[in-house]
Amino acid sequence: MAEYKVQFEVFEGPLDLLLYLIKQEEVDIYEVNLTKLATQFIAHIDLMREFDLEVAGEFLVMASTLMYIKSRELLPVEQQVVVEGEDEGEDPRWELIRQLVEYKKFKDAAAQLQTLEARQENVFPRLPGKMEFQSEAAPAKPEVGIFDLLNAVNGVLQRFKKREGDAREIFEDKWTVSEKIEFILKTLTERDSVRFVELFENAANRAEVICTFLALLELIRLKQLVCAQPEPFAEIEIRRAGQVVESAETSPAIKPATAPEPVPLTEISNPQPASHGT
Amino acid sequence: MELKFILESLLFSAQKPLSVKELRDVLADAEDAEDADATAKPFKKTKDEDVIAALEQLAAEHETAARSYRLACVAGSWQFVTQPEFSPWLRALVGVKNRPSRLSQPALETLAIIAYRQPITRAEVEQIRGVNVDGTMQTLLERGLVESTGRAEVVGRPQLYSTTALFLEYFGLGSLEDLPAAEELRRIPVEKPPAPVTVDPGLATVPPEQLQLNAEDKMQNEETAAAPAVEIPPATNP
Repeated sequence: MAEYKVQFEVFEGPLDLLLYLIKQEEVDIYEVNLTKLATQFIAHIDLMREFDLEVAGEFLVMASTLMYIKSRELLPVEQQVVVEGEDEGEDPRWELIRQLVEYKKFKDAAAQLQTLEARQENVFPRLPGKMEFQSEAAPAKPEVGIFDLLNAVNGVLQRFKKREGDAREIFEDKWTVSEKIEFILKTLTERDSVRFVELFENAANRAEVICTFLALLELIRLKQLVCAQPEPFAEIEIRRAGQVVESAETSPAIKPATAPEPVPLTEISNPQPASHGT
Repeated sequence: MELKFILESLLFSAQKPLSVKELRDVLADAEDAEDADATAKPFKKTKDEDVIAALEQLAAEHETAARSYRLACVAGSWQFVTQPEFSPWLRALVGVKNRPSRLSQPALETLAIIAYRQPITRAEVEQIRGVNVDGTMQTLLERGLVESTGRAEVVGRPQLYSTTALFLEYFGLGSLEDLPAAEELRRIPVEKPPAPVTVDPGLATVPPEQLQLNAEDKMQNEETAAAPAVEIPPATNP
């Protein structure tokens, strides 16, 4: 009896159970004796009840269909009722057989998928490793961070510290950040790259250095320039980052840092207020 | 230079399966390269069909050569794969493939129905399987083997389900055309048999008076029950 219990658990549904019963009879689905099948099916359901297995609703629906077919067979053909609302000539027997044949085909297809699934587990693709020799010829330059730049500009400012000493002079602010942006961009149109210290070579005092530095930060923020160090602790190099701008006027959101005259704001496209990168 | 050998070399060193389009792009790029070789020129505008034909020929040649590997098309992309019988050694070399657990019987049945009849609604799947498929559908959706691909234009606008590219990859299929017995299971309805399905001979298929059978006849009928309907022996047999 325990044997039966195991078998019940593998039935996926009433169709599965019917196929199992047909297989036991060793007949073709088309030639199966439905009356006999109905009796066996109901016997199985009774058995399931006996084992306290929960009989799914689908099994009961199938049992009633089979009982209907069986009862219908008791009447001669001319007295058989055509079920209302159903297509004329739709034989419930045929309907069931059609369903069984269709289900059987998909069950077979599922078995074939299972074979493919197991097969695919044993198939290994050829996956060559990444080819190292194809990587870029130039080694990646170390990134220049904001602190590298601050250190560099500090070095430049040291020059003026000594010169100016404690003496304080008041003079007119002659430099603007936008001017310096133009200056940097101009330098870089003439040459591919420029060394950091070169930008400050002609600076007269701290204010000018700071203006140039702010201009540089602004251009980096706008992704116009990139800074790179060919090797650690080497001089910082500045070069253009791809696209070219005609002049500083098109650089959005530039405000003069020290100059009183404002830069034209007509072409502002960047809504953020310029932070000058600090 | 033959196209198929160019493709072979590409697939040999590719790090992922390559589709026909990707292969064509490579052929075009090779010609566009600055130091392009003159031999690359004739292949710049290779057509899709030519690439496919060359790949199929290549795959057939590998098949004939019966090597330990073959050229396989999986979900429309081509790559070299080993034959399954060499898996014991490959597993020792590269380790067990990282694959989810195998599918259960109900999941496979549901998946088979969706694969052959897609797009299909949940109700239609249930119609064929004769049981509720909510649980198995959930599993298949979670594993990414099927996906919702729209809604059926019927009452309630139920969702339609189709298989995904992952489904093809999981079973190592080039396309849905490669499903076993695809033609038979696609949309063709089951043929109605010429004779109606058999019942107990002597019941509805014969005149009503035959209902009064003696016990001996009944036994006789049961013996012939398995026989096709057309071969019913006369019910008046002694």
